[in-house]
Amino acid sequence: MLEEMRLDENIVLMGEEVGYYQGAYKVTQGLLEEFGSDRVVDTPIAEAGFAGIGIGAAMVGLRPIIEFMTWNFSFVAFDQIVQNAAKLYQMSAGQLQVPIVFRGPNGAAKQVSSQHSHAVEAFYTHVPGLWVCAPATPRDAKGLLKAAIRDNNPVIFLEGETLYGIKGEVPEVEEDEIIPIGKAAVAREGTDATIVTWGSPYYTSLAAAERLAGAGIECEIIDMRSLRPLDMETVLQSVRKTNRCVVVHEHWPYAGPGAEIVDGIQRDAMDHLDAPILRVTGQDVPMPYATNLEENVLPTEARVEEAVKQVCYRQ
Amino acid sequence: MRRPSIFLREGIPTAIRPDGTLDRTHAPDISTERKRELYVAMLRTRVIDGRLERLQRQGRIGFHIGSLGEEASILGSAMAMGAQDWIFPCYREFGALLSRGFPLQSYVDNMFANANDIVKGRQMPDHYTSRAHRFGSVSSPIGTQISQAVGFAWAAKLKRDPITVAVYFGDGATSSHDFHTGLNFAGVYGAPVLFLCRNNQWAISLPSNEQTASQNFAEKASSYGVAAKRCDGNDVLATYHTITEALGYIQREKKPMMIEMLTYRMGGHSTSDDPRAYRVDDEVDRWAKTDPLVRMRRHLEHLGGWNETDESEAKQAVEQELSQCIERAEAAPPPELDTMFDDVYQTRPPHLQQQASQLIHGPRAVDPHLR
Repeated sequence: MLEEMRLDENIVLMGEEVGYYQGAYKVTQGLLEEFGSDRVVDTPIAEAGFAGIGIGAAMVGLRPIIEFMTWNFSFVAFDQIVQNAAKLYQMSAGQLQVPIVFRGPNGAAKQVSSQHSHAVEAFYTHVPGLWVCAPATPRDAKGLLKAAIRDNNPVIFLEGETLYGIKGEVPEVEEDEIIPIGKAAVAREGTDATIVTWGSPYYTSLAAAERLAGAGIECEIIDMRSLRPLDMETVLQSVRKTNRCVVVHEHWPYAGPGAEIVDGIQRDAMDHLDAPILRVTGQDVPMPYATNLEENVLPTEARVEEAVKQVCYRQ
Repeated sequence: MRRPSIFLREGIPTAIRPDGTLDRTHAPDISTERKRELYVAMLRTRVIDGRLERLQRQGRIGFHIGSLGEEASILGSAMAMGAQDWIFPCYREFGALLSRGFPLQSYVDNMFANANDIVKGRQMPDHYTSRAHRFGSVSSPIGTQISQAVGFAWAAKLKRDPITVAVYFGDGATSSHDFHTGLNFAGVYGAPVLFLCRNNQWAISLPSNEQTASQNFAEKASSYGVAAKRCDGNDVLATYHTITEALGYIQREKKPMMIEMLTYRMGGHSTSDDPRAYRVDDEVDRWAKTDPLVRMRRHLEHLGGWNETDESEAKQAVEQELSQCIERAEAAPPPELDTMFDDVYQTRPPHLQQQASQLIHGPRAVDPHLR
């Protein structure tokens, strides 16, 4: 954000605690000091309010970044995002453009229970007019956010809440690396089964893949990075090679991008499949608080491992 | 049957007296010619309303949401705005859009959702947008335009663009969260917004006294630190005057302001509504006595600036223009199928290119019964 705000003075950041407090997760550290309160705006507590304010400001030519303290609180702004940000360009037949990024932490943190643990991608990927990004690595988070800020369409940017502590190399300012929206990455090469994932479960999948390698199963991991549009080509290439697939995601199993990916594979790679595609998802329940319950709602290494073995008929 | 307790009228200034003379303290200092323009704009709106309602009853258009009885609040406010100012409409303000020079043909094309429709057949009738006329998009969910207007005004202020943004909403919308956040944010940021509450006393079938326990709608603004006034929304000159003063206040003080325009919805909520199911005729009859067109016409006649011939010629001119527009709109082809995939994103992404191709070259290409 810092780099982009230096490049384009039309970029403004709005949200609760983004200024003086430097972000509930310290994501916006130093921004108020550098850009001042006209561009880093502490808002009253009203998600629907500042979502609407941002949409209006975008029509004038500002490029607002709207931070939700967590995506869980975006539901009160759902009307502004779905009925307005996503549709205004289409409803006005191109007269009103809304270049805006809605971003914030997504998914379970640790023990914050049902109203703070939503993985919201199933809600927002459903909506035409929005792009949805869900990076897992620091490098992708940086490059994709730059792409989102420069895009003229409204973008939903999901930052895994447990991933803020992950460290990794990121490119220097001069490199100006942009990760294009809608491009998946082959995060680990393998020959025996494909694991398709994104966001926090990416790390669960990586760990499971290491364990499986010990058992002689080499997994290929596809990190989707973006969920709308979906890079099905990268997924299909991998599945045509491995002939087996497990989709791992945090959101509830009913519908959503996980199911959409499975649909794409069965349609375009049916003849390459040697086993039914399995999904490892969050359990179909509101998130409980107790540690043991929460850990077993989320996709675990053990469940990923079991599913991969199952599609490889190795049980 | 329901009946709104007509909110206290005390302290609401009126410019046009019952005999057609003027109380100059509450009237704008404008020429007779400008007054004729105001009246003709109201008359035009009313003639169009009547015609569109008939077209809907005949099944030629799907929907219309009119402004019968509310013409003074809509035209008196819109025509007091500067050309540089923006308007964020509710959904009843087609008269405001036309007063900005939006072609009647384009408006009628929108009613018919044909290939010439400015929003390409994507929206219900009366859901127009015109950036060229500084007129935002009509949004069906109640109130969403309020916070957008505040954001627009706030951003314009950051860009040092000295405009005011007017946003219309009804009495019902004052219960929405967007009213609350809109006024709150505007107060905090000092956004140059003119909040225009068109209090027509009915939110479909809910009377205003069941909408709020406040004495009136204007008093809500004070809790947000936003100045507010009430005006006689059935008196086009009092409305014009109040709005002119409010615009001066907003630019001078760099603060928002709210005006509650007290008026009455003489027709149904829309063509989908029949108010006889929930309100009594004598109430409508009583308000018909304060009909904004009757009052302004009386004033113009008092000035010697209007007579029966002017009236019938003006009506006829609108009817004729309208007939031509309707004829052209009905003859125009529907939007091309392929256009439904445009403007979902700035450029058409591959998955929509694929869907478009499947639609155009799929079953409908070989089955003559499919359009």
